[in-house]
Amino acid sequence: MNQMKKYSNARATLAIAVASFRSIIRSPSAVVFSLAFPLIFIIVFANIGGSPVTVDVGVAKSCDTINPVYQILKKTGVVHLIKNQSASEMASNLSKGTIDVILDIKNNRGLNNHEKGWTIYPPLSALGGGKSPFTVNIQYTKASQQKDGIFRSLLNGILFQINSMGSTVEQPVAELKEATVQGREYKYIDFILPGMLGFSLLSSGVFGTAFVFLSLRLTLVIKRFFATPVKRYSIVVGEALARLVFSWIGALFIITVGHYFFGFTLVHGLITVVNMLILSAIGLIIFMGFGFIISGIAKNESSVPPLSNIITLPQFLLSGTFFATTAFPSWLQGLANILPLTYLNKAMRDVAFEGAGMGDVTHELLILGIWFIIVYAVAVKTFKWE
Amino acid sequence: MAKQPIITVKNLVKNYDDFAAVKGISFDVYDGEIFGLLGPNGAGKTTTLEIIETLRDKTSGEVTVDGLSIDHDADKIKQRIGVQLQAAGYYPNLNLSELIKLFCGLYGIDKTPSEMLGKVALNDKAKSKYKELSGGQKQRFSIATTLINNPKIIFLDEPTTGLDPQARRNLWDLIREIRDNGTTVVITTHYMDEAEELCDRVAFIDGGHVVGIDTPNHFIDQLVASGFERKKQVKLANLEDVFINLTGKEWREG
Repeated sequence: MNQMKKYSNARATLAIAVASFRSIIRSPSAVVFSLAFPLIFIIVFANIGGSPVTVDVGVAKSCDTINPVYQILKKTGVVHLIKNQSASEMASNLSKGTIDVILDIKNNRGLNNHEKGWTIYPPLSALGGGKSPFTVNIQYTKASQQKDGIFRSLLNGILFQINSMGSTVEQPVAELKEATVQGREYKYIDFILPGMLGFSLLSSGVFGTAFVFLSLRLTLVIKRFFATPVKRYSIVVGEALARLVFSWIGALFIITVGHYFFGFTLVHGLITVVNMLILSAIGLIIFMGFGFIISGIAKNESSVPPLSNIITLPQFLLSGTFFATTAFPSWLQGLANILPLTYLNKAMRDVAFEGAGMGDVTHELLILGIWFIIVYAVAVKTFKWE
Repeated sequence: MAKQPIITVKNLVKNYDDFAAVKGISFDVYDGEIFGLLGPNGAGKTTTLEIIETLRDKTSGEVTVDGLSIDHDADKIKQRIGVQLQAAGYYPNLNLSELIKLFCGLYGIDKTPSEMLGKVALNDKAKSKYKELSGGQKQRFSIATTLINNPKIIFLDEPTTGLDPQARRNLWDLIREIRDNGTTVVITTHYMDEAEELCDRVAFIDGGHVVGIDTPNHFIDQLVASGFERKKQVKLANLEDVFINLTGKEWREG
């Protein structure tokens, strides 16, 4: 018969890679974790990053809206004015903290009522002879003291400006000169996108690998493979190859969307992208090692998610995916500075934003290398073929 | 024609940690026959089969398959046999024709999916997933994957368990056809009517030992000659004949 042709391990490996890749792109969880989640996070955080804080200001029905204080507030962009709520609704929202302050500006002309609150000295004499034509009444809430502080200083600034315009012109005691250094603008997307990429690689590597190898083992797919001349390494390499190609497609998609829609910085353009893909491969291989360990330890498919979460959640939160690790207390920083994702994220950011090459992130690569050795030493011990 | 053994098993022993599953089994399988391994659950059938298939290590004994020893030539043996495992699944999310391509790659053989699926009459299911198939279709697909490398021997572990009478008959026809094309078939089953109908020779295994090897006919004749009689007089037909007569011989999909 015709079968005595030389057996090709490369062909068998490729056949497994093709089969695995087809299976991955048809599995909803892989697509959601690798593409949809990172994208949603990027969209959400990129938009939060764009306008840092807004103060929700309830405008009382009795509030005068044609005075200069109100007009300036309206233009600042920091203040979100809410006008469509009744007084009682507003009061209850204020106590809950969904509204940060209630604003009520009274026009005092002709009424002559000096109440508590700020008094405004009119910028123009045309406003009349009265000493303080407007009173600004503010109600704050304990439920949102931080925003109240922002609003208070904002209002102080506005009132100081308006009041000093009204008084006779004097020489200023001091003059403020401001200058901004010209440089590359570091946007939040430059921080969040490499973090999301790392997260996507982490979840695909850990969850995906653990699930696939456990289910192939439990459903005897691997055993059936062993009844063919295929080598064990072909199965591992084939699976890794498929996951790598899928992760690269996901990374390219995230980088493309980030670059063209959110202005993600790629210092050296295509070379930066290639460097990011190399880092992605390194990260994925290490994270797959965790997946191999879990697939060996897990008894059934329902024990995969908890085990995987033990690996992924701490890294997700502590490895500088959303916030710089420098914001943590020092004991937590110590923990963060052990995790592999921390170093992958650092290396990614250096490559993407600083324009570093592979040679500039050797420190990170070294620590990832140590992780590689540890993870695969454990994986070799725990992995089960059947 | 002199019968040539294609598989020889001599004094095969398999011990698990504290349990002896196979305790010195010997038998030959001849080239071109359908050979049945029969016996109760836990008798050691599947263990014996998996040792011959090179999927499991033996404790002691000798096994040769097509003249090759399982100790030294496991890879060569794998290229010459086809294996259907009891209750094995297939790679998830792939359709039948993609699965056939995968196995072609694993065996290093060039076959088209339609050629292989045609052999088991599943061409119209080429785009279906394995899990969407009926029980009989699943078994036929499994058999198709065992035939990809033009094997000299195929091993079928309880291929008809759970099938309805029509699907079972349909599978028997397929297995006979494979035998008639020159492939040796080793099969395990719990259904004695099936073994009687299908197998050229059978071996009974119990408690890790072979307790008898012969043709089904000879076994029955021997028992009758020893004075055995069924309590109830056998009628010319049985209930399965009634079932087939009433519901038709055609095998239904689904």
